[in-house]
Amino acid sequence: MTAIDMNSAMTKSGAVSGVSFFSKISSWLLTTSHQRIGRLMVSVSLLWTLAVVFVGIVLDVERISSASNLIDSTSATQLFSIFRVGLIFGSIAPMTLGIALAIVPMQIGSQVLAFARAAAFGAYLWFFGMIIVGVAYLGNGGPGGGDPQMVDLFILGLGLVIAGLLLVSASIATTILTSRRAGVTIIDAPIFVWSSLVTSVSLILTLPVMAGALIFVAVDHTYERATFGATDGVNAWIGWALTSPQIFLLAISTLGVLAQVVATMNKGKQPLRGGLFIGIGVMSTALIGTVTQSFYSLRLDGNLNDVANSLLPFLMFNALPMLGVLIVLGLCLLAMKNEKAKPSAAFVLAFFGVGMVLTGMLGNALLRINDLKLSNTVFEEAVLIYIGYGVVLSSFGAIAYFGPRIWGRKMPTMPVIGLGLIGVLGVVLAALPYYIAGFTDQPAARMTGELGDNSQIWNSVAAIGQAIFLIFIIAFVGLVVKSSRSGEIADEEIFETVQANL
Amino acid sequence: MSTNATALNSGPKIVMRRQALVLSGLMSAASAMLIGSMLAIWLQFRANSPLRESSDGSKMLRDWLPENIKIPEVATNTMMLTFAITCVMVQWASYSSRRADSKHTTLALTVALLTEIALINAQIAVYMQMDIGVRDSSYTMMFYAVTATMTALIVIGLGFTLMTMFRSFASRNSDHDLVLAHSVYWYSLAVIFATMWFVVYVQK
Repeated sequence: MTAIDMNSAMTKSGAVSGVSFFSKISSWLLTTSHQRIGRLMVSVSLLWTLAVVFVGIVLDVERISSASNLIDSTSATQLFSIFRVGLIFGSIAPMTLGIALAIVPMQIGSQVLAFARAAAFGAYLWFFGMIIVGVAYLGNGGPGGGDPQMVDLFILGLGLVIAGLLLVSASIATTILTSRRAGVTIIDAPIFVWSSLVTSVSLILTLPVMAGALIFVAVDHTYERATFGATDGVNAWIGWALTSPQIFLLAISTLGVLAQVVATMNKGKQPLRGGLFIGIGVMSTALIGTVTQSFYSLRLDGNLNDVANSLLPFLMFNALPMLGVLIVLGLCLLAMKNEKAKPSAAFVLAFFGVGMVLTGMLGNALLRINDLKLSNTVFEEAVLIYIGYGVVLSSFGAIAYFGPRIWGRKMPTMPVIGLGLIGVLGVVLAALPYYIAGFTDQPAARMTGELGDNSQIWNSVAAIGQAIFLIFIIAFVGLVVKSSRSGEIADEEIFETVQANL
Repeated sequence: MSTNATALNSGPKIVMRRQALVLSGLMSAASAMLIGSMLAIWLQFRANSPLRESSDGSKMLRDWLPENIKIPEVATNTMMLTFAITCVMVQWASYSSRRADSKHTTLALTVALLTEIALINAQIAVYMQMDIGVRDSSYTMMFYAVTATMTALIVIGLGFTLMTMFRSFASRNSDHDLVLAHSVYWYSLAVIFATMWFVVYVQK
């Protein structure tokens, strides 16, 4: 496979040493290189991840005691909202798509991204859209916010974010469908490519549904403020896009990362490889639940007929995507039985990332059982944390796996594994207490009044978990920067696995 | 020993296969989901509106379309027919482009452009004849939201036609993929409009 010595080639030609700081910056900002666009998206999404986790810490600390007055009640509503919106649209969606942008063309043997300028434009739309969303939140304009003009700004920002992610998704899907090297069919393509295709097509089909609801809310909010519930209508009408099963679609790529890492560890010896494709495809059935803009709950009261009537849609929309994860996880574990499997540091992050996502999906299934009465408790927040942070863990696994193949230097094995385990600890501590607190009826998105039994303990542990996760992110980013600059030079072997039929 | 990193370069340059066509298909699907979701919300509001007696008292009607609002059916039906003509024109363009007939491709695209302008003109005529305000009621607010979104999709299609036409005008005979992609977008737009026309203008 082709590999070039980028640094030496550039230094010899003077391409890097002779250029000014500003031309370097402009070459990044106006780039059409898929790697650069992807890395820009991932970098900015990392900043959003840090901001979101910090907000999570503030909220959890505030909830330790109902007498605490660290933040006022109006700000609390906005902070709960920014945690959800920021995690989904500022962090995991762009991180997933950014990694796909950087990696997919290399894997399918394409030199360029299809409609690279559209992808770059999409990345900027997302970037400025999220800035507008952030400014709107600062001005008390998030969903349910007190300043109507800022709410209008929030809707505009979210519209730009949707448009941006749509363009990036379209570019990725078109690249995979049209730009594979000769003789490579979709089935021959690496499994991460398949997961990226399924993710991007799922987003192309679901984001416009959200945009449709948003247009109604925007027109209503600008002119009438009655039909769609004024500022509160934003949450009521687009709330479905900020929870499951929509967030399942953003977790599809976690399966691709895990399967790719496992396949490399086994040098391509993956039993029932077609099953991986089916598993990832089955997870995308979550989009059927998404486009109906509804939740499907299981009702255990009533007669057998009533239970059966609610059971089928409940299983279809909540359990079927979980089956996809179990298929992929099972096949990956089957492949790991190979005695010649070579361990990889990225596996820890990828495996536990999928594990966290699966735990979140299980929680979501419990959440939708009406008789358990978990809706509107902190259990909902825990589901989001498990899935959202699980995707972040998995994305870091992707960076640890693919990164050295981009910048040509290895990441140290033991620090990656150690940090991965710290990250897992952070996610579990941040989310598990809220699974428990959900059963003690601690209300969601509230920090005053009765918070439930032992809430101080659960909220304290969750705050510690969030803090650990924040430290994990900072340490991992530091390790990536250090490795990319001064890490051990990667051997040729790692490049062979990027485009291999794995 | 070298201290320089060996970075992975992208693969060899390859011929792209029908990129514009695939992108157009994906964007058409996105457009269908956009209008489809809006119509779903429209139908939900209509189904949940209260019942009222008809003016002659013979039957019960959903109190959805205010009694003082009249849909100008001539203009709306003309729009539907114009879409059919546009489809024929873009098919003509596609047919000519396949035969590398630049003159006929340009001519067909020019006529298509005119019909698309006529579509926008008809939509403005519908608004003027109805003479309703966005703030008047839930119906009027949602009516403007759905139809304006559809008009925005038509304007995007018009831009697409302009670009395709100029490239054809410059004798870019190799652009068959683009002309085909243009056709796919307009076919799907016609189907999307037909659905909206039936729900909003016919069923009301």
